[in-house]
Amino acid sequence: MQWPWQYDFPPFFTLQPHAETRAKQLSAWRSIVLDYYKHTKESTLDVREAQSSPLFFNSTINRKLSQEGILLILENLQKTGNAEPLDKTKNRWLIFWKSPEEWGKLLYNWAQARGMTNSVCTLFELVSGDDTTDEEFYGLDTEIIIRAIRTLEVERKAEMMMYDDNQGVKFF
Amino acid sequence: MDRLEYDDPILHPKEDEIAKLRNVKIYDGDAKSATFENGELIATSHRLVYVQSGSSHGLSLRLHYLVYVEEEKSSGFGFSRSKKLLLHLSEPLPGKPPGPVDRSSCSFIRLSFKDGYDSSFPNNLSAALQKKKWETAPITSTSLPEAPPLVQVKIQTGQQNKIFPYLSFPQLPGRQLRAGIVGIERQIQAKHKATDDSISLAFEDLNKLMSMAKDMVLLSKSISDKIKVNLNPIICWALLNFLALQEKQGEISDDETVQFKSYLLSLGIDDPVTRDNSRSESQYHQNLARQISSALQDQIKEIGGMMTLPEAYCRVNRARGLELLSPEDMLKACQIMASLGLPVTLKVFDSGVKVLHLSTHNDQNIIKTTAEAIEESGSYTAEELAQVLGMSVLLAKERLLITEKAGRACRDDSIEGLRFYPNLLLEKN
Repeated sequence: MQWPWQYDFPPFFTLQPHAETRAKQLSAWRSIVLDYYKHTKESTLDVREAQSSPLFFNSTINRKLSQEGILLILENLQKTGNAEPLDKTKNRWLIFWKSPEEWGKLLYNWAQARGMTNSVCTLFELVSGDDTTDEEFYGLDTEIIIRAIRTLEVERKAEMMMYDDNQGVKFF
Repeated sequence: MDRLEYDDPILHPKEDEIAKLRNVKIYDGDAKSATFENGELIATSHRLVYVQSGSSHGLSLRLHYLVYVEEEKSSGFGFSRSKKLLLHLSEPLPGKPPGPVDRSSCSFIRLSFKDGYDSSFPNNLSAALQKKKWETAPITSTSLPEAPPLVQVKIQTGQQNKIFPYLSFPQLPGRQLRAGIVGIERQIQAKHKATDDSISLAFEDLNKLMSMAKDMVLLSKSISDKIKVNLNPIICWALLNFLALQEKQGEISDDETVQFKSYLLSLGIDDPVTRDNSRSESQYHQNLARQISSALQDQIKEIGGMMTLPEAYCRVNRARGLELLSPEDMLKACQIMASLGLPVTLKVFDSGVKVLHLSTHNDQNIIKTTAEAIEESGSYTAEELAQVLGMSVLLAKERLLITEKAGRACRDDSIEGLRFYPNLLLEKN
C-alpha cells in the first residue's frame, strides 16, 4: 500500500485544534482509512486494537493516532455511510469503502452477466468461488455481502436464503 | 531562693525605687508553702528588697540574677486570688554574700501579691532589667561588698553555718548543673543570651550603615549632578563603587561616562510616581502607567517587543529603588495603558498569560515571523524557539500558539513533547 505524504508528517497523528486544519486532517484520514481497507480487503475495525495496526501507527516516525482521533474519523465516516458501529459501545466497526448499495449493484451486475438470475448461489461462492476471482467483491467480508444483498432485497432484485448452516442468495 | 542575700533595706542614693508592695509572699520554685510571708517588697533599679514585718533585717535579690519576669496565670480555681510573678534566676555567683537559704534546686522563685500590684509593675521591672543600671552606677552595699574576694567566702560560710547549721553546703564555685529542670532552664537562658548577642551585633552593623547613609547619598547626588542625570540614590551608589574602581585604575574617560549614563538611564526611574504626590487614585495609576511605559519601552523593544508582566514588574521595581510598587497597582496601571494611547500596552493571551508589548507590535507580525521561522527550521518546540529568539519559553509558546490559531502552524503532541510544524495539512494540495 502506498501511503500518502501525510502519513510521514508527525502532526498528522495529533488532532489539530485549529478547526480548518482539523477538517483537512480528517478528510485526509478518511481517504487513508478507505484506501487501506480497500487494499487489505478487510472490513471490520476494533477501536481498541486499531492503534497497533499500521493504519494508525507509523512505526518509522513512531507516531500513533489517539483512540479519540480514531473514533472521530469513524464517526465522520459513519455520516457518509462508509462506516457503521457493530456494538453500542462503538468499539467494533464495519468499514465500507463502497457503500452497501454500490456493492449490491456490483453483485447484481455480475449475476446478470453470468446469467445467474433466478438461480441460487452461496455467499461462499460469491467471495471465494472460482467465478469471482476477478471481481472487486472477491474476498469481501460476508457481513458486507449480506448488507449489500439486503439493499437488493429492498429493490426486489435478490433474496437471502438460509438452509442448514449455509447462507445463499437468489437473484431475480 | 539561694540567690537571696542578707541586705540592708535602706536605699542607696543611686538606686531608683520602682515600686513598693505590701503583703508579699515568697515561694521557692513550685513549693506549695511560702518561705517568707507578709513582707514588704521594694523593687529598685538595682535589687528587690524584702523586709518581713516586725523584722529590721532585710533580704535582697540583686537584679542581675533576674533572667526574666513572667506573670503567672491564675489557675482558674479561684482558690487564690492573689497575683503571682515568676522570677527566673541565673546561677548564683561564687562568693555571693550569705542569705537565708544556702542551697536551692529551683532556679526561679514566685512572688505572691495578696494586695495585687499595678499592671505596669512587671513591665517596669523588665525595663529596669534591660537598663542594667547596676552596671553603669553600681552601688556598694554598706554592709556587704558587691563581689567579695575569695578570702571572705570562708568567713561568710562560717557565718552562714552559725545561722543555719543544718544547711551547711558550701557553694562550689563554677559548679554547673546539667541535669533536670535547672539544666534545661540554663540552656534556655544561654540561648536567650546568644540570640540577644547576635541581634545586637546585627543592629550594630546597621547603625554604622545608617550613620554613613547620609554622607553616601550626598556624595552620590553630587556625582549625579556632575554627569547631569538625575538618578535615585541606590543607583548612584552602584555608580560610586564603579567610580572608586575606575579611580584606582586611572581617570574616567568621557566615553565611559557616556556609556555609564546610558546604562543608568535604562535602569533608574528619576522621581518615581507615588500615591503621595498624586491627587487621586485614578491619577496615580495614570501617571504610573505613563512612567512604566516610558521606562520599559526601550527594554521591550530590545527583547523582541514583548515582556511578561512579572518580568516587567521586577524591572520597574528595580528601577524605582525604594518606592516599590504593589503588583496590584502595577496591574491597574497596565490595564489603562491602552486607553491612554501609550506606546506600551497590556496583552492577555488566551492562556491567561499577561504581557506588556509595544503597540506597534501586532499579532500579524508575530504570526508572520513565527511561521517563517518554523518553515525555515522545519519544526520548533517552545524551548527551541525561546532559545533562538532569546525570550522566555512562556512567550515563545504563546507565539507558537497564536501562529497555530491563525492556521499557520500545526502541532505534533507526542511523548517527546509539543512540537510545531508548518501547517502542511492546510497549505499542501
